[in-house]
Amino acid sequence: MAADAQTLTPPGRMSASRLTLDSRYLPPLLITSILLSAHLSFGILEAWQKTAVAIVTAIGAELVMGRVTYGTWPHPASAYISGISAGILVRSPFLWPYFLTSLISITSKYVLRVKGRHLWNPTNFGVSAAVFLAPATITVLSIQWGNVVAPMAIIWILGSVIVWRVGRAHISATYVVSFVLLSFVRSAITGTPWLAAVAPITGPMYQLFIFFMVTDPKTTVRSRKGQCLVAFLVACVEMLLRLAEVLYAPFYALFIVGPIAMLVEIYREAPGLRPQAPALSVSAETRAPPD
Amino acid sequence: MVSPFRQRVAWFVWTLVLVASLGAVRVLNQRAIARSQDDEGGRDRRFGFRLTESAKRRGVEFVHEGSTFDARLAHIMPQVASMGAAVAVADFDRDGWQDFYVTNSREGSFNRLYRNRGDGTFVDVASQLGVADVNQADAGVSMGAVWGDYDNDGWDDLLLYRYGRPELFHNEEGHRFVAVGERAGLPRWLNANSATWLDYDRDGRLDLFLAGYWPDSVNLWKLETTRIMPESFEYATNGGRKYLLHNRGDGTFEDKTQALGLTSHRWTLAVVAADLFGTGYPDLFLSNDYGVSELFANRGGTAFVDVALSSGVGRTPKSGMNAAVGDVFNDGRLAIYKTNISEPGVLVQGNDLWVPKAAASRSSTLKAQHSNTATTEYENLASSMGIDLGGWSWGAQFGDLNNDGTQDIYLTNGYVSAGERSSYWYDFAVIAVGHSQIIGDAVNWPDMKGRSLSGYQRKRVWLNDGLGRFTEVAQVVGVRDTYDGRAVALADLGNRGVLDVIVANQRGPLLIYENSVEPGRHWIQLELEGQASNRMAIGARVEMHWNGHMQAQEVAAATGFSAQNQRRLHFGLGDASTVDRVIIRWPSGRQQTIDHPHVDQLHHVKEPDGR
Repeated sequence: MAADAQTLTPPGRMSASRLTLDSRYLPPLLITSILLSAHLSFGILEAWQKTAVAIVTAIGAELVMGRVTYGTWPHPASAYISGISAGILVRSPFLWPYFLTSLISITSKYVLRVKGRHLWNPTNFGVSAAVFLAPATITVLSIQWGNVVAPMAIIWILGSVIVWRVGRAHISATYVVSFVLLSFVRSAITGTPWLAAVAPITGPMYQLFIFFMVTDPKTTVRSRKGQCLVAFLVACVEMLLRLAEVLYAPFYALFIVGPIAMLVEIYREAPGLRPQAPALSVSAETRAPPD
Repeated sequence: MVSPFRQRVAWFVWTLVLVASLGAVRVLNQRAIARSQDDEGGRDRRFGFRLTESAKRRGVEFVHEGSTFDARLAHIMPQVASMGAAVAVADFDRDGWQDFYVTNSREGSFNRLYRNRGDGTFVDVASQLGVADVNQADAGVSMGAVWGDYDNDGWDDLLLYRYGRPELFHNEEGHRFVAVGERAGLPRWLNANSATWLDYDRDGRLDLFLAGYWPDSVNLWKLETTRIMPESFEYATNGGRKYLLHNRGDGTFEDKTQALGLTSHRWTLAVVAADLFGTGYPDLFLSNDYGVSELFANRGGTAFVDVALSSGVGRTPKSGMNAAVGDVFNDGRLAIYKTNISEPGVLVQGNDLWVPKAAASRSSTLKAQHSNTATTEYENLASSMGIDLGGWSWGAQFGDLNNDGTQDIYLTNGYVSAGERSSYWYDFAVIAVGHSQIIGDAVNWPDMKGRSLSGYQRKRVWLNDGLGRFTEVAQVVGVRDTYDGRAVALADLGNRGVLDVIVANQRGPLLIYENSVEPGRHWIQLELEGQASNRMAIGARVEMHWNGHMQAQEVAAATGFSAQNQRRLHFGLGDASTVDRVIIRWPSGRQQTIDHPHVDQLHHVKEPDGR
């Protein structure tokens, strides 16, 4: 997911440094509160050690790779989100998937790069690779956290407020509307009850996907229209994958559409491209590492 | 600033790390598969026994038939009518040979009671003895049965639980069975998938525990609403109520459920009663579908306290389907084996092996009797011991299959085997994630359209090496069926000193795997008879000491899923030809020691008088 903190600054509203400080911690705070409330209410984590391994691995890998590659210590907020996301999303009776998914997520940021920009949302890459390569031992969170409406509503409201504050609400909204509309299409094609077709979006996996993954500033295109188009295309590809009964359709859809959109943008902007866009870079300390 | 060269070197190194990590994921996944299913390397090894399917040769030609509920459930009928194949072993006629009762579930179908002729063959006497014609929509269809001598007359009586009205059959000295459920005061309607006998207050009489699955208000043949499904895939508490019926000793039972604190409404699929905290009183472990397990600690026979959370066994919701206890380390600690769902690429819950972190000490035992929390913590060692991935797992039993002195596991699996090339898993997973308003209504569940759901699965036979690892040998030793297995029961059907395996399959044939253990492996069996304790000694704990080893077992009624093993206890001894001593702790609390019993034979042991 790694909706990295430095890029969450809504441009042109307040001074960059002030907003960076505020916004940097919003996504980590939200995802931590989601995890804690879900676990304390419903005990979603089989073992907290597994989530801890995912978080520590992500932060450790980020620090080492950032320091070795760029000579500076990267801010750990982005890696923390990647780690905690992997810890929540990955479901396995083994410990190693949590370690390796986090490691793959962070490493992908440093390896899979074109003209200074990484192409995949790190957690999307890590989780997609993990479930694709290890179907017998790794799955993705796919259940409700209890049946009480209130916690789910709180997450939706909090998440919406935060993506709105960081200027990403239009992406989430486009995706949600597209998903719901396309669920009618799927229902018509397959004969499945519409409520069953739309059911996945009521689960926590989608909450994480919508608020933390599809909105990741580092792996989405820059224009507002382009972002909406990409969110819509993700929903469209997801529909095709769902028609083919691919269970982890949203992850694979983003895995496919996200990098293509990035590549199109990169090569369209190629002549004057800078490695990091000015609006997305806010401090010397965090400019170099690929958060 | 870092030089471009260093950045390129770093990129190269990270690329190697990424490739290695991706490779490691693949390798570790394959290794886990190989460990949970016997690999090719295992074919060259000898495991000391072989299982040969022999039901037809023994005169047992029984095929389970499923139920047909309300037409509004037609689109998901294979799921909602997916249970009912059960088996319960007992020597009902006291001729010294193990017999067994198997259930059917189609409306109008007959159950079977197979009497062991003693010559390797069986004959069905269910109709003759009055326990065959028990499946009708107005009374319900069978989900399972469990034997227990509730009136201490020395003859095993039969409790039949159904989606419907439970029934109790009194055993008239092996000549016939008389239905006494109404007089006994059993519930009028209960959609149960599990029940067991236990003497929870140690008064010398067997009490009865019944666990509902669907809510009691649901009549599956005449639905008032389609909102009958679990409200959540892993957090449902809208299942059936439980009953703990106290045996008054006059042929009637008193409902003590609420008074004792058993207020669960979870979707229970299996129950096992055993003394898990060393108090001398039987505790109850409930394996629940759509949620967490429950562990009710018995507080001196006066109350049950759910300590699942504090003990660790009730923290993670899964799809529990089995409950069995076994001493996997030969150190006296009883581990609980609970089966769940593992479907590659969709849902890998993994089975649980809950092992106590330490044997209960005397002080903790005393504390346990007055505490609202567990005094023993459990840890799940299924993954590290290699017994976690068993497919859509159902019944499983502990037993020493190769008489090497350790407790092995036989596990059956498979949910719905229909279209071989089509799977319902996608639709199942989609509805499973839905909010309660969606998942809770059957009309929202996608049509199965003849598709399979974790069908045609390979079974598991896990051999315990005694050092903390199990090896999967099913294919190698001869277990190659792929039916939709439900219940597993272990019994020495030929009085040969080995454990044979009976498997009840849903909408499939009953299988009997005859066990052939290679010569030179010794064994000993104990059949206990209580005096101050209940006659069948259910709840007795036996510790077998031999050649520096010690293994504990308890006499139980129901164990596994919808199953009951033979009541006599079987211990494999490996190459040891002597036993040092046997220590028996009777349900009454009396302790008895037998020094140097002969091996390779069955011992009948009667509870001594006095203290």
